[in-house]
Amino acid sequence: MTPTSELELSDMIKAVNGPLRIVGGGTRPIGHVMGEVLSTAALSGITLHEPGALTLVARAGTPVVDIEATLATQNQRLAFEPMDHRALMGTSGQPTIGGVVAANISGPRRISVGACRDFLLGVRFVDGAGNIVKNGGRVMKNVTGYDLVKLMAGAYGTLGVLTEVSFKVLPAVEAETTLTLSGLDDTTAIQAMSAGLGSPFEVTGVAHDPAQSLTHFRLEGFAASVAYRADALSKLLAPFGIMQDTAGDWSAIRDVTAFAGKTGDVWRISVKPSEAAALAAKIGADAVQYDWGGGLIWALCPVGTDVRTAMIGTAGHATLIRGTGQTFHPEPAPLADISTGLRARFDPRGILNTGIMG
Amino acid sequence: MQMPIPDASVIEHKDQIVARLLAVLPRDAVIADVVETRAYECDGLTAYRCPPMCAVLPSNTDEVASVLKICHELGVPVVPRGSGTSLAGGALPTADCVILGVAKMNGVIETNYDDRYIRVQTGRTNLSVTGAVEANGFFYAPDPSSQLACAIAGNIAMNSGGAHCLKYGVTTNNLLGVTMVMMDGTVVDIGGAYMDAGGLDLLGVICGSEGQLGVVTEATLRILPKPEGARPVLIGYDSSEVAGQVVTDIIKAGVLPVAIEFMDRPCIEATENFAHAGYPMCEALLIVEVEGSDAEIDAQLALIMKIAAKHNPVELREAKDADEAGRIWLGRKSAFGAMGQINDYMCLDGTIPVSELPYVLRRISEMSKEFGLDVGNVFHAGDGNMHPLILFDANKEGDLELCEEFGAEILKLCVEVGGCLTGEHGVGIEKRDLMHVQFSATDLEAQMAVKDVFDPKWLLNAAKVFPLDASEPRRVA
Repeated sequence: MTPTSELELSDMIKAVNGPLRIVGGGTRPIGHVMGEVLSTAALSGITLHEPGALTLVARAGTPVVDIEATLATQNQRLAFEPMDHRALMGTSGQPTIGGVVAANISGPRRISVGACRDFLLGVRFVDGAGNIVKNGGRVMKNVTGYDLVKLMAGAYGTLGVLTEVSFKVLPAVEAETTLTLSGLDDTTAIQAMSAGLGSPFEVTGVAHDPAQSLTHFRLEGFAASVAYRADALSKLLAPFGIMQDTAGDWSAIRDVTAFAGKTGDVWRISVKPSEAAALAAKIGADAVQYDWGGGLIWALCPVGTDVRTAMIGTAGHATLIRGTGQTFHPEPAPLADISTGLRARFDPRGILNTGIMG
Repeated sequence: MQMPIPDASVIEHKDQIVARLLAVLPRDAVIADVVETRAYECDGLTAYRCPPMCAVLPSNTDEVASVLKICHELGVPVVPRGSGTSLAGGALPTADCVILGVAKMNGVIETNYDDRYIRVQTGRTNLSVTGAVEANGFFYAPDPSSQLACAIAGNIAMNSGGAHCLKYGVTTNNLLGVTMVMMDGTVVDIGGAYMDAGGLDLLGVICGSEGQLGVVTEATLRILPKPEGARPVLIGYDSSEVAGQVVTDIIKAGVLPVAIEFMDRPCIEATENFAHAGYPMCEALLIVEVEGSDAEIDAQLALIMKIAAKHNPVELREAKDADEAGRIWLGRKSAFGAMGQINDYMCLDGTIPVSELPYVLRRISEMSKEFGLDVGNVFHAGDGNMHPLILFDANKEGDLELCEEFGAEILKLCVEVGGCLTGEHGVGIEKRDLMHVQFSATDLEAQMAVKDVFDPKWLLNAAKVFPLDASEPRRVA
């Protein structure tokens, strides 16, 4: 099914009996869903870009690349730096903005500016009963009614099929510099990253690659300001070693390309940075890399590794991005009840991406 | 303003209910005396008052759970209350309710500078969260004007903003986790000291739900390193269109100020008479603040001044030091007080797309003449969040109603141009009956479905947010 309008989508959902598998660009096969394919490909196009208001509105099936190109003409960007999963997942196709929202996909800059859900201003969607619902809008400050916008971000389509999304966008930057420390073990690297993030120098990306023992710090902004902060950060972090100016391949960090094509399960683990190194050491991973100053661990593990048992006693959660086990971290009973209750309300027949979240 | 008819069967059993509450709370934490309950009869929206049946002031999550369990069992409505600073009537009691105040729960549970968070009890005031971490060079970013008094519980309930959210976002962008008690007494922990909690974003929908989904007793908040410095520039223009254009030009140039504040002539005049900040008498005044090191601030302000100068400002004043910065902010910070000196006022907070600013200001000024009520505009211009202050005389028959009618027209206008009814104050009772303007019945149904899951009996703050006719089938069920 490839609806060409919101109304058509609503009619299709009302008419269908069996489960639906909602697909944007099909580049992020996270979770395991059966059902007739419902494609958002024909719900495409940017409906509004108002550079002076830092606002962009697009239909859900719009390719991310189109949005980035449109924003670039006005020297703007999606600041949350959505990850491209194609290399890691071995997929092709064009990632769509609806897919980014449905999975709440962010990148390294999430640590400083926020996640996809923090930039999402409004949504339109069709719920599992075929109702057309809007929430939020196109303005940055809006507390009118419940924030279903956040609820829809990261709901993996289980509460409704997104048809239109609106975003706060930010100016692109004049300059970017990456400073790199080398030779640090994981624990020390995380201490260095925390020191950088705890400084006033506005670090916008902080990642550590244990395989090469490299710890990267990204600074962005006006050129003179970046130069000043680079100098200040180097002085602050001098106890951890000499910082080298490097090219800084942040799209490789964002897309976890180091694990592309390698056999094994890929886990995405969100924890407190200060507990990350100890956890990473005990999950039985073949390789790990740290983003968000240590708050995000990407782990490549032998197929079938039980990462979650190793996490008992550590606050956080693990998502199986690539592999055949349970995708999402099981929730404690009262929260699972709430989530089940919400899904039952928004999708009473249980037909939208059934089973993906539990 | 209509409120549901109080449940007589609840009020009849006041003594038994109070006795049950006294069994789980210390004596001084239950306020049932009719004189003493008057202290809770209203919040910041003082035009509406109604003493609650009783008020409770629990000291911890367990006590909150005990209270809610009893109220749930007995079918007693509960209205949660932070510090009672809501401008929308979010904490307005009903005559049959228990006010659940979190004021006693004001402790800091944990601070962690390496992982950059603080965990507090939610009765703690917004400013004292920053107070707890500033010695270590950190701050808590959301800064509503009432930050000296308002509680984190209320900030979470209303998803409060402030003047600096253009850069730092609002409460929801700075909230990592909560401990919340559901209406049936179940305690849930959502999120924590890590990013992006798994599963559905329950934290996202709880924040801003106006105390209708549960009572948040503890919160983990993101703290940020304090910038090296901050300085504003003051720019005056003879037309609000031009000032609006300058705002867009600044944003388009790639500068992201922490704040862009806008005041119109009536507001400038009022604040000058009140605070003598030395503002120029003009149609529109902008205060733009940037952050960073001294050199960075100089560079950003130079760029802003260059943009501003292109549009023939009547005044262009850069703060060279903290004293001058203070003088620039003085008028803006006393704007509400200044308007209050003139008369009673009603403060609205609709948001509009920034590009609609000149049109909306022109329409407001036309409506001001039609209604015969003066209005001054203060405005977070960077994010389009307006604060029209309508002046009226509470002692004059019919003036409040006229003012409310005028306010409703302004909010309808905000929605009409692509904005919303409320940017940071919340719906409460104030904008409740206007929700139809912004949302279809289906849109509201989707929101109410969320409450059905968290509070199936609709006992928590149920007379707020949703128009009474829309929520009635659920409230009386």
